[in-house]
Amino acid sequence: MIFALAGNPNSGKTTLFNQLTGANQRTGNFPGVTIDQKSGLMKYDRRCTLVDLPGIYSLRPYSGEEVITRDFLLHSVPQGIINIVDATNLERNLYLTLQLLVLRIPMVVALNMMDEVRQNGDSIDTQKLSELLGVPVVPISASKNEGLEELTKQAIRVASKEIKPLVQDFCAPGPIHRCIHAVYHQIEDHAVEARLSGRFAAVKLIEGDEDILARLQLGENEKQTIEHLVTEMEAECGTDRHAVMAEMRYAYIESVCRQAVRRVAAESREYRRSVRLDRILTHRYLALPLFFGIMVLVFYLTFGVIGAALADMLESGIGVLTAGVDRLLGDFGLNPVLHSLIIDGIFAGVGSVLSFLPIIVVLFFFLSILEDSGYMARIAFVMDQLLRKIGLSGRSVVPLLIGFGCTIPALMATRTLSSERDRKMTILLAPFMSCSAKVPVYAVFAAAFFPRSAAWVMTGLYFGGILVAVLVALLLKRTAFSGNPVPFVMELPNYRFPSLKTTLRLIWDKAKDFLTRAFTIIFVATLVIWVLVSFDYRFNVVTDSSHSLLAGIGHLLVPLFAPLGFGHWQAVTALLSGLAAKEAVVSSLGVLLGVSAEGLPTVLAALFTLPAALSFLTFVLLYPPCVAAMAATRRELRSGVKTVGVVLSQCGIAWLASLLVYQVARLLF
Amino acid sequence: MKLSDMPLGKPATITAVRGEGALRLRLLDMGIIPKTAVVVKKVAPLGDPLQIHLRGYELTIRRAEADLILVEVAG
Repeated sequence: MIFALAGNPNSGKTTLFNQLTGANQRTGNFPGVTIDQKSGLMKYDRRCTLVDLPGIYSLRPYSGEEVITRDFLLHSVPQGIINIVDATNLERNLYLTLQLLVLRIPMVVALNMMDEVRQNGDSIDTQKLSELLGVPVVPISASKNEGLEELTKQAIRVASKEIKPLVQDFCAPGPIHRCIHAVYHQIEDHAVEARLSGRFAAVKLIEGDEDILARLQLGENEKQTIEHLVTEMEAECGTDRHAVMAEMRYAYIESVCRQAVRRVAAESREYRRSVRLDRILTHRYLALPLFFGIMVLVFYLTFGVIGAALADMLESGIGVLTAGVDRLLGDFGLNPVLHSLIIDGIFAGVGSVLSFLPIIVVLFFFLSILEDSGYMARIAFVMDQLLRKIGLSGRSVVPLLIGFGCTIPALMATRTLSSERDRKMTILLAPFMSCSAKVPVYAVFAAAFFPRSAAWVMTGLYFGGILVAVLVALLLKRTAFSGNPVPFVMELPNYRFPSLKTTLRLIWDKAKDFLTRAFTIIFVATLVIWVLVSFDYRFNVVTDSSHSLLAGIGHLLVPLFAPLGFGHWQAVTALLSGLAAKEAVVSSLGVLLGVSAEGLPTVLAALFTLPAALSFLTFVLLYPPCVAAMAATRRELRSGVKTVGVVLSQCGIAWLASLLVYQVARLLF
Repeated sequence: MKLSDMPLGKPATITAVRGEGALRLRLLDMGIIPKTAVVVKKVAPLGDPLQIHLRGYELTIRRAEADLILVEVAG
């Protein structure tokens, strides 16, 4: 049997999914966290599959999440629906419930967060609620694992006996009632043919749902009759069709709550706690400094303390392992080419990618806490005004900031954005946030050319990246992403303590996701780079890296870079090797120019003019980040073609910006 | 008057929801319908969006959206 899990964002849906299935899936105290449909076998009955649907507020065909949920419920027709409802926010949550009820699919309501309701001294008469909704209502606490066995039992009971919801009439006798019934009779046969619930189709038709209209394949006469019926109803009610239906549902919900809910205080403890916290966290003057303070702390802990320590440990571990294998292979007398493939290709390549892992794990640990606590929604609230100017909404600020640390987790973090438009734009912009791996390149050049104003050059580069991102965003806003931005109507959930279980699950998911890629696409990419570095065009092993295939490509590309002021093959080849990892730019320059790290600034100062050095730095700032980031882009955009497009446009932007910098700098210096 | 013009913390009752298309439907779905009690709780530090309270929960909407919601001071 297949069950669908449906409910509002922030209703604890993903927590319930994790508890019912034990599968690895993420959860967040932020609207719209779930994007992909995930499913798992149910713990209490392994013959049942549970599909986690995106959190939605209504069954309309507008946002991506709504379309996914609707299509699944209408096409796949699960044997049962488990509708999770936040008992502390019953009114708004029941709005979706009423729409699910008319689908005529066996259903149970899981009344979540009942522990909070009880602690506040409030009570909900589940018997009464069940009677008024016509489906079983099971009080649960997903986070405390309470009532879940009973929930599973009830779900299986209604599904196996095909017990449909008993209530589907939410309107008092009058014009609305008459209209729904008249439309229902008009379309009854069509609905059966289209395999839709007649009641659902009738209500949606009255609401002007184009998708349902198309599915029903009505004749012109029928359409006209329906339009006439609806116009008549509008005239009698004095409002339009959309408001009429929403008002009908909320009027029914209000009466349900009056009969079944008893509240002691007007405001819950959790609500009052949130208001107190918000007095500081979204305070007029404190909000922005606190937000930046928190981000700086997260960065410092990730890149400065915990992440760095873990990365060092991992690196030395890999180092020891590599040295051991290296010695073994040497003793064994393996063919030197194969030896180099294993050590310089596989171990070096995969090892350098693996060194990102601790940073990703630690960063997502903090992100998960920010999100599950409800603070992320506040960040969106505080930052929205600033990001709207470039066509984004406040939610994008966190992935963009993470980009300053590392592009890969930044791209992975866009998953929390509920609007596809915002998500794609953020994916395109995040790489322009100068990542921490570029710092060594800046440092070497700053030492060579601007020893006294290194800090200024660095700051300038960071702001240069932001400037380019803003310009690109403005361009995108006017072209590819023109049209109406998504309305920013977002719930501010109560602050909650994040659960360790959820956090660990998220970290595990992200680590697994990254490792899968590290050993597939990134593995192949590092092998390709090894081949390019190790062989010449006759496929003989090179002893001098200046004869390698990579250097050959570098030579070929020299004319392309001449207008940018650094038309020498060493610089170009170093940039190419930087595609593996940005740190490689410095080491390649050293190898190709035949100098040690200490001697590098002196040699560079001779090779580059000052404008050429600025131009080179600009190019490093803007050209595509490493292979791992490209793989992440592909994963998030779910398209190879689009990823190639993104990478090429990044190259184009870098080229144009460097040209501009070089030509202007030549006039100035 | 418009919801965006309401002083902070003053209870109001929604009289009409303007606008069109997906945006208006979204507002209606979130429970922003005539006769509903609503309070503007807070303005974001940079002047927009607004934090409003209705039906026992907190919602943020931009000023542009709040302009579409007509209210009268609750009596």
